[in-house]
Parts: sequence; structure tokens; C-alpha cells
Amino acid sequence: MDAPALATEQLTRRFGGRTAVDGLSLTVAKGEVFGFLGPNGAGKSTTVRMLGTLIRPSSGSATVAGLRLSPENGVEIRRRISIMPESPGLYLRLSVAENLECFAGLYGMSQPKERVRAALAAVSMTDRTGELCQNLSKGLRQRVALARALLNDPEVVFLDEPTSGLDPVATREVHGLIDGLRSRGTTVFLTTHRLEEAERLCDRVAIFNRTLRLVGGPQELRDQLFTRALVVRTVKALPDPADVFSGLPGVQGWSAGQEPGTYTVMVKEPTIAAPAVARSLVAVGADVLSLTEAHRSLEDVYLQLINEDTEARPQ
Amino acid sequence: MSFSLGRAAAIFTKELRDYRRNRFVVMSMALLPAVFIVLPVVDIVSVPAQVASPRLDNRISLSLLYMLLIPAFVPSALSAYSVVGERDQGTLEPLLSTPLTKEELLLGKGFAALVPALCVAYAVFGVFLAVAAGLAHPVVRSAVFASSHLLVQLLFTPLIASWSIWVGIAISSRSRDVRVAQQLSVFASFPPLALVALMSFNVISASTGLALGLAAGLVVVDGLGWRAVAAMFDRERLLTGG
Repeated sequence: MDAPALATEQLTRRFGGRTAVDGLSLTVAKGEVFGFLGPNGAGKSTTVRMLGTLIRPSSGSATVAGLRLSPENGVEIRRRISIMPESPGLYLRLSVAENLECFAGLYGMSQPKERVRAALAAVSMTDRTGELCQNLSKGLRQRVALARALLNDPEVVFLDEPTSGLDPVATREVHGLIDGLRSRGTTVFLTTHRLEEAERLCDRVAIFNRTLRLVGGPQELRDQLFTRALVVRTVKALPDPADVFSGLPGVQGWSAGQEPGTYTVMVKEPTIAAPAVARSLVAVGADVLSLTEAHRSLEDVYLQLINEDTEARPQ
Repeated sequence: MSFSLGRAAAIFTKELRDYRRNRFVVMSMALLPAVFIVLPVVDIVSVPAQVASPRLDNRISLSLLYMLLIPAFVPSALSAYSVVGERDQGTLEPLLSTPLTKEELLLGKGFAALVPALCVAYAVFGVFLAVAAGLAHPVVRSAVFASSHLLVQLLFTPLIASWSIWVGIAISSRSRDVRVAQQLSVFASFPPLALVALMSFNVISASTGLALGLAAGLVVVDGLGWRAVAAMFDRERLLTGG
């Protein structure tokens, strides 16, 4: 099996008396798009900065792009990775090409102009090379920042809130670019609090709020946290719902919704339970409007965990 | 850890490109020398031929001291902006995320402040000499062109500029506000200038030996400045402000 692109073991960072990241242990496989989700102030950027050798961990260890995280390996790690921070961080008085040429020089590239051209082509910006960055829209600046992150052909790319503040069109463009990275086999460590983004882009996600709360594929997380359910809607409220839903194969329980004629039926396996529920409804003469499987989004998972944290926090 | 001149050169080029389009930098480069050349030129042209020799020497020293304010102030304005300016623009984190070492970063930024400062300082000194050659009284002219004056000017210009740069960068890497950094840097540029002033006005009796000794001292201080500022420079503190 390939060595992971990233691995952390009890990685911790304290700032004075405050612990920003507490005992983070996870692995990210090569070529994986890994979502790192958490609320503002959860320690996501601190984690990225530690893995990018910008700040030192207080304790714990990590391997980044095959190298042990240590001050001696700092230069070599930074050569193998790239970080795109939340703010694009471009030199606004320089042109697009000048910005990238500077970074090509910092990576010691032998043919900087070709690399700059290739990176700009990857983000469809070859026609804007001479334009000053101060004249670009926020979305275009984000694209230039992404081109900069691709310059050194990194093994691991850290994207810190790459769509923060972007309009839907620019957001979709950035999503397309991340998909492009996946198809190039680049490992992507995506920090975001946009859950639909993580659900759409990531192979696995970690939900993090100072400590690692849960890690897995989006569907896996839903299954871990929530029982599956069917949502039943009828024209009129059922006279005796318990008689309809109780004792059916695969049904674990039920509850009535706030609206009359709305019911949530907890099931083990929807494909077994749904036909039985449908037959039972027909048997009592109910006028069925819909019978669907309840969809739990990643947002439900996230909110459930973050709310637990908020409730557990001492007042 | 390998030192790469290429990476330092990338920073140097980037800085020069940025200065070129930075109105504040362009204005500083243009206005400061303009201010500092007016008085010496007027003075040198208006000195009467019969002025007593010690007084003439004093007036020329004062004029030349004005010239030395240029290498003190111009690079301090640039270097004070160097780190805190990156932080202000949000470019510091992408920069520090590359293989660039702090020594390379400081050297690139230092040279980028030194080169334009020297160009401006020597150009202004050249204008001063041209005016003296063309318009000053022959007695004044020959005093201005005395080899000791020229030597002090040529020698101390880069040394004072280098001092200003390292002090400016050190202050910049510890500041959170560009203007505060620039004001502090200007103040911190004074010590070597004060020393030259004391020599110029014969408070410390000047001799070629003393001037060369001081210059040698400044060379050592400037050389150590790079390492000293690099030692003070900490990626983590720059990013977290801790």
C-alpha cells in the first residue's frame, strides 16, 4: 500500500493557555480530496499552518508528502506542497505573469515562463497574463492564486476556504478546478465550512472542532450519526398511525411531524421497509401524497456534532 | 540548509517591480532627494570667495551631510515597508509557504532597498558636484572636490544605507503598522549619521584613519546585520503575531 500523503499523530498546538488543535490524528491517502470541516475558530487554519511548516506543533508528530514534519525538513516539505490561503495574497501592483514568475523563481524552476504558462492554462487565464492583479475580480484573483498553487506541481495542495466570498459562478469555477486537481492525482486538503462544497468535492471529510469529531465519507458519516428514515405524507392525518406503522418488517419506530398527515418512520433498510409501509397505508385506505427516504445532508451531520460541542461546553 | 541566490533574486526582482508601481515609494524616492539637494546647492553657490577656510569647510561639511541623509532615509522608508507591507497585503503567508529561507528573503529585500537608494544618492551627489563644478567659486569648488570629502561620501553612502536597511527590516518584522515602522526606522537611521556629523563638524577630530576605521566598523555591523535580523525573523511570530 502507498504511504499516505499526510499523516498526523496526536498533533497539538497551544497558544498560551488556549489549545487551538488538540490531539489530531488522521491520515490522508495519495490522490484523495480530503475535506476538513469546522466552524470559525475551530483550528483549521492552525492545522494547515502546522502541516505547511509555518508554525510549530506544541506536541505530536506528522508526515507531510513523505517527510517527517520538522524544522530541518521545512524547506523540502514546502518544495513538495503548496498552500492557498483564504485570501489570495497576490501582489496587486504586479501583473498576473509577474506574480507567478516570482513564485516560479522561489521554487527554483528551470523554465519558469513555460511553467507559468502551463499553470495559467490550467485555470484558463492565459489571456490575462499581462493584466495587473488589482484590476481582476475576486474570482479571477482566486484563480491566479490557484495557478500559483499549481506552479510547483505539488504532491499535496492545501486549500484554505478557496471559495470564501465568491459568487456562485466563481465558486463553480473553483470547484471545477479542484475536480481537475483530483483527475491529476494531486492530494487536496480542503479546509471549508461550506458543507455542500465538501459533500460535492470530497472523498472523505473530517469534522473538526479543536478535536477531531468524526472522519469518513459523507455517506458513512450520515450512517454513523443518523438512523435511516422514510417520510410519509398523506392527504389527511391517519386516525391510528400506530396501527399502520408498528410491527412492519424493518420498521424501528415512527413519529408524527408538525404538519397533519406527515410522519417519519425510522427504518433499518429502506428497500425492505418502504414496500411494507406502502402496503399498510393502502390497506387502511390512506390517500398517500408521497413516500420518500429522508435525506440527511452533511450539514445535518455537521450541525449535530457542532451542537453537541456547544452544549457540552461549560457555561 | 542550502542558500539559493536564485530565490533571493526572485524577491529582489519582485520588489523592484512593485516599487516601480508604488506611488508612495516613487514619491519618497523623488521628493526626499529633491528636498535634501536644494539647501546644499543654494549654499555652495552662494558661498563668497573670501570666506575663511574653517567656515568654508564647515559649510561644505554641512552640505555633504545633507547628501548623507538620502542613503539614511530613502532605504529606511523602503525597508520599513518590507515585512509589515507584505503582512498588510496578505502576501506574507503565500511567500513563507514556499521553500524560501529567511536569509534569502532578507537578502532579496535588502538589496532591493539598497540598489535604488544608492542610485538616487549617487545621482544626487553627482548633481551636487556638477553644480559645484559649474557654478561655485573656484575656491569653493576645489574644497568640494577635496579627496577626503569625496571619499567620505562614496564610502559612507552604502554603509549608512545598509545600516538603515537592516534596522528598517528589523523594525518592520516587529511592527503591525506600516507608518509606525517607517517613523521608527527613520529615527533608527540616525546613529551612524550622528557619528559622521560629529566628524564633519570636528567634534570628533576627523582623520582619514578614523574615517576608515569607522567605515570598517560599519562594514562589520552591516555584515552582521543580515544574520542578526535573520535570527530575529520568525515565521511563526510573523504569522500569528504571538
